[in-house]
Amino acid sequence: MGSAVSHLHKSGPDRSHTSRATRDSAWVRWTLTTIALVFLLGFVLLPLTAVFVEALRKGLDVFLHAFTDSDALAAIKLTLVTALIAVPCNVVFGVAAAWCITKFAFRGKSVLLTLIDLPFAVSPVIAGLIFVLLFGLQGWYGQYLNAEHPWFPWIQQWLVEKDIKVIFATPGIVLATIFITFPFVARELIPLMQAQGTDEEYAAVILGANAWQIFWRVTLPNIKWGLFYGVILCNARAMGEFGAVSVVSGHIRGETNTMPLHVEILYNEYQFSAAFAVASLLALLAIVTLVLKSFIEWRHARS
Amino acid sequence: MSTRSARSILPGFGLSLGFTVAYLSLIVLLPLSAAFIKTSGMSWDAFVEAVASPRVLASYRVSFGISFLAALVNSFFGLIVAWVLVRYPFPGKRVVDALVDLPFALPTAVAGIALTAIYARNGWAGFLEPVWAGGVGRLEHWFPWGHWAEWLGLKIAFDRPGIFIALTFIGLPFVVRTLQPVLEEMEPELEEASATLGATRWQTIRKVIVPELMPALITGFAMAFARALGEYGSVVFIAGNMPMHSEITPLLIITKLEQYDYKGATAIAVVMLVASFGLLLTINLLQKWTRRHHKI
Repeated sequence: MGSAVSHLHKSGPDRSHTSRATRDSAWVRWTLTTIALVFLLGFVLLPLTAVFVEALRKGLDVFLHAFTDSDALAAIKLTLVTALIAVPCNVVFGVAAAWCITKFAFRGKSVLLTLIDLPFAVSPVIAGLIFVLLFGLQGWYGQYLNAEHPWFPWIQQWLVEKDIKVIFATPGIVLATIFITFPFVARELIPLMQAQGTDEEYAAVILGANAWQIFWRVTLPNIKWGLFYGVILCNARAMGEFGAVSVVSGHIRGETNTMPLHVEILYNEYQFSAAFAVASLLALLAIVTLVLKSFIEWRHARS
Repeated sequence: MSTRSARSILPGFGLSLGFTVAYLSLIVLLPLSAAFIKTSGMSWDAFVEAVASPRVLASYRVSFGISFLAALVNSFFGLIVAWVLVRYPFPGKRVVDALVDLPFALPTAVAGIALTAIYARNGWAGFLEPVWAGGVGRLEHWFPWGHWAEWLGLKIAFDRPGIFIALTFIGLPFVVRTLQPVLEEMEPELEEASATLGATRWQTIRKVIVPELMPALITGFAMAFARALGEYGSVVFIAGNMPMHSEITPLLIITKLEQYDYKGATAIAVVMLVASFGLLLTINLLQKWTRRHHKI
């Protein structure tokens, strides 16, 4: 589903029509352009501006103070750690999935493609819920935690001793984030590698290259911009995920709060300036992501 | 499987496919099946009780109804935005084009508090609220047979219009980005031929352009609808979250979880999952059909 959003599309040939038959009259052009711009400015640019204005409303001191708070720092750290684990996992998966789907013919390929899209269709809240079902105290994992296993009694002892928790702890947050950002890299690479075909890899094989050489010297240079775009998109979603993480986090201040959850807590405590300050950092991440995307598209169109 | 791939001389088929399937099963399929397994342990009566109680039914009406409306409005404005971006030159186009993706890149919680800051009574666009309330009041006066105030809400933020605004915000990129490549691929010769055959511009739009765009438009609509159905982060801040009135289904799932009603929460989740898988399937079939139709 997100594929439509994520594709790097090459700006096509200039369709600023010159022939009279296909050109709309000036007032049609003006009206439609105005409607489109007013809609985008009002619906998209206004909220973005609001974040920064509200963040700086009470002055720079209050703004900066929001980041010196130890809970805020813990939230920023947890967000970085989560993205640092989730993104590489999905990159490895994305490359592997794109490799087998685009370079080989096999039965069940379209089923596999649909299954990769599945997380796009799942509500973030449900994504969190399923991990609670698996790893919560009443779930499949909880039964090992709560009672001795008939065959392996040491499991319970070990889990309790080491205090290994999944839900309301970092592993649950990472898992939920991996689920939410699961298709991004794969969805970015598959159309790209499909369009590139297999000719260059075949040539490399014939010239005697081994698997690693083919990947590092032929495939990777070809897909690097698409891969880079997949990574920044995946990263933006990983750092900004709210619903799924909210369900599995338990909202323990300074421990299991990511940045979006910290924003929610500050907001609900009526610390609006601080909430918008942390939010502005996330908004900045979104802007950087979009700027990088435009840059990659521009490179892509030139090459 | 192996017979056909054996013909390829490229390495790594077994490794990459094996890893893909294993990772997919562990991260996606196994956890998702947990929801269905948990629900299969419920008796039919308990299931119906959980998924069809008045409060849950009210939340479906809010979620499905407002998501549908938001996707509809997005289809209209998204079509105009895509058309303008592909067809008309204007200064700052690149920035405007990048702006379309913002709702997709901006964390939902950030969008939620920003929209609330704009549309709350004391917010940036607070003046809209009395205007809205006045309009709804007039509807009540002219068409007294409808429960207008209850359906439409008298406030913007913390009421149903707020949910609509949040869901429209997050759905926009899906429509625009689905339509854009189709518009770019469309051959101007078709329109020229139509004009040569004596069609007016309006006839060309109605009989040539719109039918050509329809599958992509429906796909974009379905994507925006599916995304809106599951949306949580941007909505909870602006919705007011009144049970039976402005409570969306994802929020109800969280509420049940917080009351340790795991079965109730999972049963509702299964209903939502079935709905969104149905949508995903529709989208995939539509895209396949479009691709065959256009030979892209």
